[in-house]
Amino acid sequence: MHNGKWSLDQIHDWLSAVKDPEIPVLNIHDMGILRSIDILGDELVVVAIAPTYSGCPAMNTIANDVRRILQSKGIPRVEVVESLQHPWTTDWLSAEAHEKLEAFGIAPPQIGSPDKTALFSKAVTVPCPQCKSRNTQLVSQFGSTACKALYRCSDCQEPFDYFKCLR
Amino acid sequence: MSPNHSFELCLRMGDNGLILGQRLAEWCGHGPILEQDIALTNISLDLIGQARLWLSLAGQIEGQGRDEDKLAYFRDANEFRHLNLCEQPNGHWGTTILRQFLFDAFHLPLLEQISKFDDPQLASIAQKCVKEVRYHLRWSSEWAVRLGDGTEESHEKMQQALADVWPFAGEAILANAFDLELAEINPAYNIQMVNKAWWSTVNDVFNQANLEVPAANWAPQKGREGIHTERLGFILAEMQFLPRAYPDAQW
Repeated sequence: MHNGKWSLDQIHDWLSAVKDPEIPVLNIHDMGILRSIDILGDELVVVAIAPTYSGCPAMNTIANDVRRILQSKGIPRVEVVESLQHPWTTDWLSAEAHEKLEAFGIAPPQIGSPDKTALFSKAVTVPCPQCKSRNTQLVSQFGSTACKALYRCSDCQEPFDYFKCLR
Repeated sequence: MSPNHSFELCLRMGDNGLILGQRLAEWCGHGPILEQDIALTNISLDLIGQARLWLSLAGQIEGQGRDEDKLAYFRDANEFRHLNLCEQPNGHWGTTILRQFLFDAFHLPLLEQISKFDDPQLASIAQKCVKEVRYHLRWSSEWAVRLGDGTEESHEKMQQALADVWPFAGEAILANAFDLELAEINPAYNIQMVNKAWWSTVNDVFNQANLEVPAANWAPQKGREGIHTERLGFILAEMQFLPRAYPDAQW
């Protein structure tokens, strides 16, 4: 799509600058929360984002950043809508996002982890992002932000965040 | 389903989240240990986030220009549609856990039903909430077991706390006139099935927690019809004061 002024690819690129304020190594592409971009005529661009957790305060900041960045590129009207049509899941995190998370010290969601069962499931084994040991333990299912659980490594003794599976 | 039915259901779901979320927020800074303080406020945040989704949809369906803030801050007690269980005081840690557990065990199967509704708006909100509520139920069940089957003192406190919150639990799983009407026009909605799922979770967890189902009967409650206990007025006074005193206040 192109309206002679900006192309979809261009807007897509510009939006790479929008980061998750809580996890500044991930942009909205990595997170899988950018759902669609619509160029409507010469004046208006509508960006749909999928909220991660219902109460996540980062969504407001992200929506503001999307508006601010696109307006700074000369798009007069930017609308950001929250798309609930397909609920966000951690399966949408890109492979790159997994690497970036681990490098940043947050253990990425374990593929195929049994977080789906509500009652008394065994906590998943999450390797320590610092020393890679698998000898770790769950401290709390709820961590510093809605999307993370808190773990501790029994070998290097470091506490660390785990980006928990949501699916 | 008529718009009136959808509106009513959204209010119920939204008000449950809003009022229980507000209650849980009272724990902020008072949890027994840091990790659990954070866990409770995370659950509170989820519930209030969910309430925003339900209430903004309620406002859209109603079409009178009320958004989620208008519905949260400018309704009086008799217009709230949540279960009276949600407004009961926090008590001690064990009371909060059991109130949460009895609610989560109802919330999850209900959301699973709504997520299969034909109405795409209701279904998509429920699908979003379901993923979060699985974590809530797991957390509250684990604590119920840890304390119920803990020391002699913790067990005794839990059994006593259960006696306090138990009478309010019945409202969640007993159908009222609205439930029956809704079930008639929408077979995907079935409070008897929620009731069954609730009992199965409760029995399973209480077995492991060494807790006994209290002998007391349910107290008749009509929170869903807007008749609340005396607790709600205090919650609303705190929650609604600022937007009512300064209606144009902005962050």
